[in-house]
Amino acid sequence: MEAVVTNFGMQAAAAEIFLLAAICVILLVDVFLDDSKRWVTYGLTMLTLAGCAFVTVNYAVEGRVVAFDGMFIADPMGDVLKLFTYGTVAVSLLYSREYLQRNGLFRGEFFILTLVALLGVMVMVSAGNLLTVYLGVELLSLSLYAMVAFDRESGVAAESAMKYFVLGAISSGALLYGFSILYGVAGTLQLDELAVSVREVGAGNLGLIFGLTFVIVGIAFKFGAVPFHMWVPDVYHGAPTPVTLFIGSAPKIASFVLAIRVLAEGLDAMVASWQGMLIAISVASMIIGNVVAIAQTNLKRMLAYSTISHVGFILLGILAGTTDGYRASMFYTLTYVIMSVGSFGMILLLSRKGFEADQLDDFKGLARKSPWFAAVMMMLMFSTAGVPPFVGFWAKIAVLSAIVNVGLSWLAAVAVLLSVVAAFYYLRVIKLMYFDEPSDTYSIEAGGTLRAVLSANGVAVLALGIFPSVLLDLCARVLP
Amino acid sequence: MSTITWPILSVLIWLPIAGGAAMILLGDKGIALGRWIALITTAVTFGISTLLWTNFDTTTAAMQFVEERTWIPLFNSYYALGVDGFAMPLIVLTAFITPLVVISGWSVIDKRPAQYYAAFLILEGLMIGVFAALDALLFYVLWEAMLIPMFIIIGIWGGPRRVYATIKFFLYTFLGSVLMLVSLIYMYLQTCDAGQCSYTIADFQRLPLSLNEQLFIFIAFLAAFAVKVPMWPVHTWLPDAHVEAPTGGSVILAAIMLKMGGYGFLRFSLPITPDASDTLDWLVISLSLIGVVYIGFVALVQQDMKKLIAYSSIAHMGFVTLGSFLTFELMRVNSGDTTGAAMGIDGAMVQMISHGLISGAMFFCVGVLYDRVHSREISAYGGVVNTMPIFAAFMVLFGMANSGLPATSGFVGEFLVILASFRADFWYAFLAGLTLILGAAYTLWLVKRVVFGPVANHHVAELTDVNGRELLVLGVLALAVLGLGLWPAPLLDVMRPTVENLVQQITVSKL
Repeated sequence: MEAVVTNFGMQAAAAEIFLLAAICVILLVDVFLDDSKRWVTYGLTMLTLAGCAFVTVNYAVEGRVVAFDGMFIADPMGDVLKLFTYGTVAVSLLYSREYLQRNGLFRGEFFILTLVALLGVMVMVSAGNLLTVYLGVELLSLSLYAMVAFDRESGVAAESAMKYFVLGAISSGALLYGFSILYGVAGTLQLDELAVSVREVGAGNLGLIFGLTFVIVGIAFKFGAVPFHMWVPDVYHGAPTPVTLFIGSAPKIASFVLAIRVLAEGLDAMVASWQGMLIAISVASMIIGNVVAIAQTNLKRMLAYSTISHVGFILLGILAGTTDGYRASMFYTLTYVIMSVGSFGMILLLSRKGFEADQLDDFKGLARKSPWFAAVMMMLMFSTAGVPPFVGFWAKIAVLSAIVNVGLSWLAAVAVLLSVVAAFYYLRVIKLMYFDEPSDTYSIEAGGTLRAVLSANGVAVLALGIFPSVLLDLCARVLP
Repeated sequence: MSTITWPILSVLIWLPIAGGAAMILLGDKGIALGRWIALITTAVTFGISTLLWTNFDTTTAAMQFVEERTWIPLFNSYYALGVDGFAMPLIVLTAFITPLVVISGWSVIDKRPAQYYAAFLILEGLMIGVFAALDALLFYVLWEAMLIPMFIIIGIWGGPRRVYATIKFFLYTFLGSVLMLVSLIYMYLQTCDAGQCSYTIADFQRLPLSLNEQLFIFIAFLAAFAVKVPMWPVHTWLPDAHVEAPTGGSVILAAIMLKMGGYGFLRFSLPITPDASDTLDWLVISLSLIGVVYIGFVALVQQDMKKLIAYSSIAHMGFVTLGSFLTFELMRVNSGDTTGAAMGIDGAMVQMISHGLISGAMFFCVGVLYDRVHSREISAYGGVVNTMPIFAAFMVLFGMANSGLPATSGFVGEFLVILASFRADFWYAFLAGLTLILGAAYTLWLVKRVVFGPVANHHVAELTDVNGRELLVLGVLALAVLGLGLWPAPLLDVMRPTVENLVQQITVSKL
C-alpha cells in the first residue's frame, strides 16, 4: 500500500501540537501555584485558546490536506469547527469562573481537563483514520467523565459520573467493535480507502452492515440520541453547571464531526443503510426529547431533553446524505451550541452562593428583577424553539430543506409538528419570567464579564437570525 | 407611476420597530416622554402610509413601491417588498389603527407601560412587513415573529386567565403555520428543479404543480390561514385570546391579525393552488357558512361582551373566506362568471377593511366601559345611555355597523358577498343572508342590554362620559366607518386591477 505522501505533516497538526505543549506547560506551572494565584492558570488557559486560534488561522488550509500517512486530515471544515470550538470553550470558561470560585472548584485540574477534552474534539475533527477517530473519542470522553465527578463533595455528581462512565465505556466498546468488523470486511482503517473498499465489496455486504450497526450505536450514544440517551438527563442534571455547560457545547461539535467523518466520508456508499437507521433514531429522539421535556421541573433536565430533540434535528440533516444536508447539519450544530451555551449561562448568571438557579421556578418574575436578562433568556428560548426572527429558525429551515430535497417531506412534517410540542416548554420558561411575579427578592450578583458576554450571546442569537447568511455562507464555503 | 423614490415600505416597517426599541431602552422611568414617542412614531407612520394611497397607481396590478435586496443568497431569498391593491389598504388600515391603540392606552396602562408600547410598535412594523413581503421566506419570518409581541401583550397585560389564553393562542397559530413552512420549502425546491431557485411569491404563483402537489400545499396553507382567520372549527383560541387580552391587544387582534388569514388566502392559496382550490372549494365554503350561521347563534348566547364580539368577528370573517372561494363555484356553475368572481373577492376585501374598523371600534367601546367598571359581563351594565350619552351614540352606531346597516362600511362587504353568492347558488345566499338577521340580533340585543333601559346599578349610575382621548378614538373610527359605507368607490378603485388580475390568474389551470 502506498503511503500518502505529504510534505505538510507537522504543520497540518500545528494547532494540536501547540495545544498539547501548552497543556504540559500549564500542568507544570499550576503545580507551583497556591490557591490564591489560581487565576494564573485561568489566564494561561485563555491565552492558550487565543494561541490555538492564532495557529489555526495561520496554518489554515485551502483544500483538503492529508498528513501523517492519512491518519490526520486538515480541511476548511475542520479549521472552522476548531475555531468555533475555541470560542465556545472560552465563552464557557468565562461563564463558569465565578461559579467555580464560589464552589471551590476553581482548580487547575478543571482547566487541564477542559483543554484535554478540547484536544480530543480537535483530534476527532481532523481524524482521517478510524483509529484516530477512536483516539479522539476516548480523549474527550475520559476528560468528561472526570469533569462530571469534579465536585468531590457532591453525591449526585459522583453518581452521574459513574453512570456516564459505565454507559460511555459500553458505547465506546460498541464503536470499537464496529470499527473492527469494518476493518475485517474492508481491510482498511483509512477513511478514504474505506470508502473505496466499501464500493468494491458492495454496500449490501452483510458484514459491513453488521459493523455499521455498531458504529451507529456508538455515534448515537455520543450524540445522546434515543434509545441511547439515558445518560443525558442524569449527567446534565448531576454535573456541576459549568460542566453541563461544557458538555452541551464542544462535544456536540465532536459528535457531529464523528458522524460526518465516519458516515459521510468513510461509509458514504452505505447511505441507504444508515439513512434508515438514522431516521428511526432521529424521530424517536424528537418524540421522546420533546414530550418528556414537558414534564421536567428542573431547567437542566429540561434542557437535557431539549438537547435530545435537537440531536434529532441534527441527525435529520446528516441522514439526508447530501452536501446540503451536511451543511445544514453543521449550521444546526453551531447554532445549537450558541443557544445552549447561552441557556446554561443564564443558570450560572442567576446562581449565587449556596443557591443553584436550576429549577424552572427560579426564573419566576425575572422580567421584574432584570428586564434585560429576561429579554436575553426570551430570545434564547424563542430561538431554541425555532421561532423566527431568531437564528434557531434558520437552522430548522436549513435542515428541513435538505430532507425535503431528498423526498422525505413526511419526515419534515413530523419534525415541524414535534417542534410545536417543543414550543410549549420553551414558552413556559418565558411565562415564568414575564407573566409570574418573583418569588424572592434576590437580585443578580454576577460580575461584569459574565453579564457582558451573556448579553453578547443573546444579541448574537437575534443578529444571526436577521442576517443568517454570515454563518450559513461560512458553512457553505467549507462544505462545498 | 409612483413618484416616491425613497424606500417607503422599509420606512413603514422599521420606523415603528425603531420606536419600539427606543421605548425599551427608555424604560418605565421616562414613560411621560415615552408615550409621546409612541404616539408620534405611530402617527408619523400613518402619515407616511397615506402617501402609499395617494401615490398608488390604480391602473396596474403590478407590485408598486418595490424594494429588493439580496438577503440570504444560499436560499435565494430576497428582502423584497412591494404592495398591490390587496396589501396597500391593509397596510394603511394597520397604520391607522395602531395610533388609536396608543391613544386608548394613554392613561389606562400603568403596569410596565414602556414595554406595552414597545410591543405594539414592534408588532405594527412586523404586521406591515407581512403585508408588504414579496418573498415567501420573508413573509414567513414576519408572520411568525408577529406572534412574539402578541404573546407578550396578552400574557402580561391580560385578564385573569391570560396565561392559558396566550399559550393557546401561540401554539394554535404556530401549529397552523409550521406546515405552511414545509410547503413553502417544497415549492422552493420545485422552482430549483425548474431551473431558477426562488422564494419569490410571484414565482410560486407561476410554478406548475400537479393536482396532488396542489392538494397537499393547499391543505398546509389552509391549516395556517384558517387558524388565523379563524374559521370554524379551529376558532376556539380566538374567544379566549380576545377575552383575556387588554383592549389594545383585542383591537389589534381583531382589526389586523385576523386579516392576515384572509390576505394569505388571496395571496397564496388562490393563485398558487387554483386547481386544488377549485377541487376543495366546497370545503372552505361549507366551513365559512357553518361559521357564519352557527357562530352567529353562539354569539347570541354570550354573557361576556368581549366574547360576543369575538364570536361576531368569526362570523364576519366567514364572509371573507366565502367571498374568496365563491369564485371557483361561479367559474364552474356560470361558465366563467368573472364579474361575479370579482364581486366575491371585492366583497371579501371590503369586508376585511370594514371589519377591521368596526370590530376595532367595538372593542374600544368595551374597553371604555371596562376601564370604568372593570367588568365585561353584559349583566353588569344597563342604562348606560343615561350616564354616558355621547358614548351611547357611538356604541349604537358601531352596533348598527356591526349588524350591516346600509350607509355603514359593514353593509358594503356583506352585500357584495351575498350578491356574488346569489350568482352561484341560492342556498349559499340564503345562509349567508341569515347573518343579517343573526348579526342584528346579537349586536342589537347587546346594545339594548348594555346601553338602554333603566340604570342597572350604582356602578352605571356613577359612570362618567367619554373623555377627550376616548372621543378622539371613537370619533375617528366613526368617520371611517361612515365614510367607507357611504362612498366605498375609492377602495374598490384601488383594488380593481389587482382583483381582475387575480381572477385572471385563477381561471388558468396549472395542470
